[in-house]
Amino acid sequence: MATTCFVQGNEACSLAAMYAGLDFFAGYPITPSTEIAETLSARLPEAGKKFIQMEDEIASMCAIIGASLTGSKVMTATSGPGFSLMQESLGYAVMAEIPCVIANVQRGGPSTGNPTHVSQGDVNQARWGTHGDHSIVTLTASNHQDVFNMTVEAFNIAETYRTPVILLFDEIVGHMREKLVIPEPGEIELVERLRTSVREGVNYHPYLPREDGRLPMSDFGGVHRYNVTGLYHDMWGFPTDKGELVDGLIHHLVKKIDYAADAIAHHVPYYLDDARTMLISYGSSARSALSVVEQLRRRGERIGLLELQTLWPFPVQLVRDYARDKEYVGVVEMNMGQLINSVKLAVDNPRRVYLINRVDGRLITDKDIKQTLRVIAGQGV
Amino acid sequence: MDSQKIVFTGSGGQGLITAAILLGEAAVLHEGLEAVQSQSYGAAARGGSTRSDVIISNRRINIPKAFQPGVLICLTQEAYNTYSSIIRPGGLLITDKRYVKVARKVDARQVELNLYQTVLERVGTPVVFNISVLGALIGMRPMVRKESVLQVLAERFPPSFAKSNTEALELGFELGCVCQDEI
Repeated sequence: MATTCFVQGNEACSLAAMYAGLDFFAGYPITPSTEIAETLSARLPEAGKKFIQMEDEIASMCAIIGASLTGSKVMTATSGPGFSLMQESLGYAVMAEIPCVIANVQRGGPSTGNPTHVSQGDVNQARWGTHGDHSIVTLTASNHQDVFNMTVEAFNIAETYRTPVILLFDEIVGHMREKLVIPEPGEIELVERLRTSVREGVNYHPYLPREDGRLPMSDFGGVHRYNVTGLYHDMWGFPTDKGELVDGLIHHLVKKIDYAADAIAHHVPYYLDDARTMLISYGSSARSALSVVEQLRRRGERIGLLELQTLWPFPVQLVRDYARDKEYVGVVEMNMGQLINSVKLAVDNPRRVYLINRVDGRLITDKDIKQTLRVIAGQGV
Repeated sequence: MDSQKIVFTGSGGQGLITAAILLGEAAVLHEGLEAVQSQSYGAAARGGSTRSDVIISNRRINIPKAFQPGVLICLTQEAYNTYSSIIRPGGLLITDKRYVKVARKVDARQVELNLYQTVLERVGTPVVFNISVLGALIGMRPMVRKESVLQVLAERFPPSFAKSNTEALELGFELGCVCQDEI
């Protein structure tokens, strides 16, 4: 029977990571993500797996990259300042196509910012924090069941597409306790690593794709010798500056994620069938947005909510389709306007997209949202 | 059941956050209800001020913070002075005589317990004061059954604490029931 528990969102994340088959965690505890490391430091050794507290976040990220190459499912967890430190090696994982999961439980920034309070200020950092053209996957959630599901999905996507996946949670979701039903083993399908069928003693090309475009891996340190680099590389993994290879690799890195955008566009529509007004939100602010929608629905207002769980790659087509017949769209987020830019690019009429935000470290409330909606509707405060 | 919003306030070390978690656990694990518990995080440690919000409902709970709680528990004077104004008009405000002098006019039914002293005399240790407060709360407002809390206590704490925890919960519960009759 599935187990019901009453846990923090951070613990839901670590329970899900264990469910997904996490083998190795390296991290440096930081508020408000600490409970992920804390609970894994107990659970992983109990399961005969590895937990390492590193000297900092740069080392943490490097350690999980190395461990992943040897065949482990890996993860780290951090918050804004640590996430900034991880950006360089995050790019390495993108370039070398190394599956890994990075949980960033957001605090207010910039810098050390507002550690114990809520913010959604790292949305665009998750997309563009590391330098150079690239694509990345970022998932989020507003409640613990979805934290669990999205965490398992992060591991699945990381293995499927050989990519880093960022779990972008926030302090409210990370710290509050609510019900979580842990699924039975097998209830959620797990993606295991695609390993090469090339035998020992036969040349293995780490970056030679199969016909379906996927790159089977060989556990580093195992039977095959091969090179891994952050430089542009050929099918052997050795550095190259040949134009055609550089061009081919950058297109591959970007397109393997962007082509998957529709397939991994996780979202939950609420009351959108007949809605004239649409709110778009994610994370804990989506809870307040849903509260507003339910309150206004009781008064007969045709308003709905599109809760996004996949933030990157941005689900352009999904947002475009839902926004098509709406009078206006309100983007509810706890930052100075980050995801709203992508919403504006996706819709036909960007001038009908409004920001509904709060940035003082407190949860945006139903009152905050209703007040802004009144202003948008020309009804004053 | 309508949503019940409870806010526990006091000082770090009094065990209020534990009490709030126990309440939420009892509701979710043994009553089939929805519950959300959150707490204010800050530089506060033992001796600093703490606040924990619990919302219990039979429906999905969207907003996890109790902005206007129906029940407010204040276990320090500072907490009382800071938070008594947030209570929902006509709500239930619970204090303990050891810690709080009820001075202000508050639009709430104020119940002053003598729980700390009673726990000290009858159970013999102040460690379980928080459990007795929880007992008093569910005695006054039957939001979860006493048996559910007892079950959570048994699951969460080592057997060596079972006797004093049970005594404290029963003691608080009785006092709570008496107060409820008087309200």
